[in-house]
Amino acid sequence: MGKAFSRPESLSQTMTHYCPGCTHGIVHRLVAETIDELGIAGRTVGIAPVGCAVLAYNYFNLDFQEAAHGRAPAMATGIKRVRPDLIVFTYQGDGDLASIGMGEIIHAANRGEKFTTIFINNAIYGMTGGQMAPTTMPGQRATTAPTGRDTDATGMPIRMANLLGELVTPAYVTRQAVLKPQQINKAKKAIKKAFEYQVEGRCFSFVEVVSTCPTNWGLTPLDSLKWAQDNLIPYYELGDYKTPDED
Amino acid sequence: MAKVLMKGNEAIGEAAIRAGCKNYFAYPITPQSEVAEYLVKRLPEEGGVFVQGESEVAVGYMIFGAAGCGERVMTTSSSPGVSLMSEAISYIAAAQCPAVFVNIVRGGPGLGGILPSQGDYFQATKGGGHGDYRLLVMAPDGVQEAVEMTMKAFTLAEKYRNPVMILGDGLIGQMMEPCEFPDDLKTEATNKDDWATNGMDYRKSDKRNLVKSLFLDPTELNNNNLILKAKYDKMRKEEVRYEEYNTQTDYQVLIVSYGTMSRVCRTSIDLLKKDGIEVAMLRPQTLFPFPEEAIYNAATKENCKSVISIEMSMGQMVEDVERSVKGQREVEFYGECGGDIPSPEKIIEIIKGLL
Ligand SMILES: Cc1ncc(C[n+]2csc(CCOP(=O)(O)OP(=O)(O)O)c2C)c(N)n1
Ligand code: SF4
Ligand SMILES: [Mg+2]
Repeated sequence: MGKAFSRPESLSQTMTHYCPGCTHGIVHRLVAETIDELGIAGRTVGIAPVGCAVLAYNYFNLDFQEAAHGRAPAMATGIKRVRPDLIVFTYQGDGDLASIGMGEIIHAANRGEKFTTIFINNAIYGMTGGQMAPTTMPGQRATTAPTGRDTDATGMPIRMANLLGELVTPAYVTRQAVLKPQQINKAKKAIKKAFEYQVEGRCFSFVEVVSTCPTNWGLTPLDSLKWAQDNLIPYYELGDYKTPDED
Repeated sequence: MAKVLMKGNEAIGEAAIRAGCKNYFAYPITPQSEVAEYLVKRLPEEGGVFVQGESEVAVGYMIFGAAGCGERVMTTSSSPGVSLMSEAISYIAAAQCPAVFVNIVRGGPGLGGILPSQGDYFQATKGGGHGDYRLLVMAPDGVQEAVEMTMKAFTLAEKYRNPVMILGDGLIGQMMEPCEFPDDLKTEATNKDDWATNGMDYRKSDKRNLVKSLFLDPTELNNNNLILKAKYDKMRKEEVRYEEYNTQTDYQVLIVSYGTMSRVCRTSIDLLKKDGIEVAMLRPQTLFPFPEEAIYNAATKENCKSVISIEMSMGQMVEDVERSVKGQREVEFYGECGGDIPSPEKIIEIIKGLL
């Protein structure tokens, strides 16, 4: 019998820089497993965001480009258009994708660019030390919202999967979470499906992953999982928002 | 090949294709939208890629992504658009990727106007984006040179793994002139597998490549900047290009002027000659690297009393001219930049004032 659990080949053996309990690591693993299973490592190019995952290329044994803040979908467009045979994915946080990079993601999705986006929604700017993100919950504290997010002044949190699901161009758009083992299994299936759609040349694929940031939420890893389950999941409903098969 | 009559903007598009560039990303802006309108028809014939991006910000990064894969790629824009691309240009230079940017300059600052200008000299030569980077900048004075420079730009971008900029202006983009396409510039660099994210299978390697600009370690960042600096120094040694006009005479005044403005100066010099007044011109064809030595030598010729930088700006290149002349002669300046190109008569009046 082979090993029941081992490191995916697409992941390198390196010390992580992510904080204890951070869910970035789980999602890295799911992406790497998918790439191994599909046998596409040799033709995959990842794009790192600006955010805690800027060093994602330290963990993936893959060709990688590093974007400027929010611009990964434009870079992915550039790569995929000139080399349609490559498998391209962006890995972006919520500040990166839903704030400064809103224009790039909407238009890439709307053009139906045939790459995959993994979107880590942890409701905060992790890397810069816990500032408010467009996804921060009403009343949730952030260093730039010390008394909690005031929705009168800052509006309501943006639901990216819902928003992209509204576009008419065919796409695969789903929201998943990695707070519980069952959720992780489902997220894995969704990520695999997203890459499969790309391998088939079908459509743009987008997997939002409700995640945690224990460090900037000021919670233990376990309490973070619970807080996210109780506060994020009711607002960020899990499930598919669009599949290319529906039209 | 026989000469064809072409509009500057269209000739630039055709030149890119002839140089083996099959990838074009852009966002519309006057006075250069004809490049896109031309290429959207021509590129499909060549099996190429045409994408109209959602903004110049996005286009800058489409270029970055494509360039990072080692593919020849170009965009064209005009001043306000180039400001938006400057973020990406800084990243592309830092990550050492080859790419070609064409700026058909219009009047500024702000929305400015849509007529020709040379107001983006600083932006192009001193770095519009952040950090210690330079672009190799070439300034054509007509359609033929725009063609040659555009074609050469791809080879140079690959030689240095650095973005190259063609700094034209609205007149060069809009005017029609006969031109010819040289056909020997398609040879691509052979070292792309060493750095491009073109796919491990594609380059038959199990070593992955990284295209990045983040160096958190101070020594590593300093080293990257030293690598960039070494390239810029090499450009200073190997890539300076300029044209001399009427320098074999006993001229009393040396004009330094480039692009569209230099065409007018040439006419003024011819007219002055008829009056027995000898004036010479040094026309930089590369703005970075700048022909410092050539300007110094021309300025310090025995009978040359003064040097004047004539620009369609409020005085930008003149700072480099002053630097080049090293205090050996007075350096004067004349410029207009509303969009009207100064007439030969106006230039003659200015020159006579210096005698
Ligand atoms: C143009 C630009 N503006 C601002 C920053 C600073 N910055 C770095 S990361 C970041 C926020 C990242 O947050 P998010 O995308 O949510 O990623 P996380 O760290 O939470 O995974 C910001 C604002 C930058 N690097 N570049
Ligand atoms: S700051 Fe937050 S998102 Fe970043 S590594 Fe730490 S826990 Fe993860
Ligand atoms: Mg975040």
